[in-house]
Amino acid sequence: MSDIQTKTRAKTPGRKSLSGKRKEQARREFLRTSVMAAGVVGFSLLGFLPVVQGTSLRLRPPGAIKTTDDEKEFLASCIKCGQCVQVCPVQAINLSDMDEGFGIGTPFIDARAQACDFSCDGLQCVLACPTGSLNHDLNFPADTRMGFAKLSRPAACLAIQGKGFKGQARGPDYKGVLRYDEVDRWNPIPVANHPYDLELCDLCVRQCPIEIRIAQCAEKKETASGAKLARVAEQVGNECPPVHAIALEEVAMPNGEMRTSPVIKQGCVGCGVCEMICPPEPPAIVIDIHKITDLG
Amino acid sequence: MGYIVESLRQLAGAEPTRPDKERITSRAQEVHDHKRQNPFTKAEFEAIYEEHGTGRTKWRNRRWATLILVNLLFVVSYYFDIQILEGALTASRFVGFHMADLNSALQVMLAYKHLVLNLVIGTVTVFIMWVLLGGRTFCAWVCPYHLVSELSEKLHLLLVSKKLINNHTFDRRVRTLFYLLFALLALVTGYTVFETISPTGILSRALIYGPGIALLWVGLLLLVEIFYSRRAWCRYVCPIGVTYGLVGTVSPLRVKYNVKDCHHEGDCRKICLVPHVLSMTIKGRASNHDMDIGADCTRCGMCVDVCPTDSLNFVLGFNKKSSK
Repeated sequence: MSDIQTKTRAKTPGRKSLSGKRKEQARREFLRTSVMAAGVVGFSLLGFLPVVQGTSLRLRPPGAIKTTDDEKEFLASCIKCGQCVQVCPVQAINLSDMDEGFGIGTPFIDARAQACDFSCDGLQCVLACPTGSLNHDLNFPADTRMGFAKLSRPAACLAIQGKGFKGQARGPDYKGVLRYDEVDRWNPIPVANHPYDLELCDLCVRQCPIEIRIAQCAEKKETASGAKLARVAEQVGNECPPVHAIALEEVAMPNGEMRTSPVIKQGCVGCGVCEMICPPEPPAIVIDIHKITDLG
Repeated sequence: MGYIVESLRQLAGAEPTRPDKERITSRAQEVHDHKRQNPFTKAEFEAIYEEHGTGRTKWRNRRWATLILVNLLFVVSYYFDIQILEGALTASRFVGFHMADLNSALQVMLAYKHLVLNLVIGTVTVFIMWVLLGGRTFCAWVCPYHLVSELSEKLHLLLVSKKLINNHTFDRRVRTLFYLLFALLALVTGYTVFETISPTGILSRALIYGPGIALLWVGLLLLVEIFYSRRAWCRYVCPIGVTYGLVGTVSPLRVKYNVKDCHHEGDCRKICLVPHVLSMTIKGRASNHDMDIGADCTRCGMCVDVCPTDSLNFVLGFNKKSSK
């Protein structure tokens, strides 16, 4: 509106007011430009908030270069392309949205919905990462430290209650998938298609990818002989995870009673399969992203 | 050399230079003089429009097809797991070969302060590719935001022609400020600050991995462009355009202008995203008979389509100071 006014006003007089009009236009353009620049840069800097407040902290894919409470290097090096998302056979990886500020477009795992069960074996996401945000030095699942499992609601744990479990671990509508070697060595299948019948619930231990590998290695060791045995020995501490991640043990409850409970061991990589498979809602066991060990 | 310097000046936001009288070649001056003595009549104009017809869309069609195809290739590669073009526009693998968007790679390198081999390989590959293909060609032929912005621009121009809104310009030099500021922010904060608001990255990821709230920001930008300022993001803000513009200064793929048949009616400058690159099409401003359009040009080809006298054309190769 005001633009039209200046135009009509400028029509009448001569040179002096013309240059005055031009000056006014330049002044307005400068103001507009300043406001726009401040607005755009200011908005982009809002991306700091979720990072500073720590709300952008997430369970990240294997090998993410971060410490438990500092994702700075990870957020800086990630080019936000999602190639890790594309190669994951169980589609465990999602990309963050704008509400996570500078974390936008970075990969994270929602373990309860779909955990990383290492069914790619070779850490495909790490291999796919073009910027080394997921550390290429990582070779085997047991090398990663994404977080650390925690028995957050022991009272809900079926094992502690002495209960078994029968049926689909997460109900019929659950979309998550896992690889069950005995069913299909290569392709993960829906958890809903694999019902259980357990006298005592041990799902978190039974499905732990680290424990599964340890058991496979032990089996190989038993059947191997001679040169083969040497190869297996070589694998121990390599592809064969050197330390247990979780086990069911007799534990004294606060009231002194002895109960069977999942106990998290130093070999836990924080993949989140225990959180994913745990039947109660919310789960009794979760991944704590602020820890990678229980040594403090 | 003059081409590179003038391109850089215009990329930085300076007004195009008027050629000094003595810098105009005799051949170009002949054309200018001839036109001055024999001005085009209205009938001649109309005859030319008659002959060429209006609304040609040859280059636009090719460009839209390419832009949609590239972005679709990303989508189907993931959706059908055919692994031709994996990733997003920020970084990808084309049948296994690393590719990295030059601006995203720059932001990551500034923020992370390490050189990662795969990223360097991807960056060099893409650099060579866009040197061959024209630099800001990326903007018009690949960037998904360019397409939606182009469609909103039609709406903007319609509203302006109905006198419902006015276009508000900004100082073009602000884009240089943004470029330096976002580079500095990446370096100082250690975060890829620009990536947070880049509509190119946001749209590319939304297409491939599904929509998110970040699309609201893209929507806001489009609203500003429709109701307030024509093509504001591409013209005044986007550092990606500057990065590719710099690449374009040494690219042999350019739009060439030939002054001889030009009627200087200015249709090209009216439709152009970056009309300052076409300043030599103003009457008497061409210093050479043949001239290359500067590196801020997105090689979108709209001027080639719209030019009634075929005075603007795509060429491959560097124009000599005084060609034929």
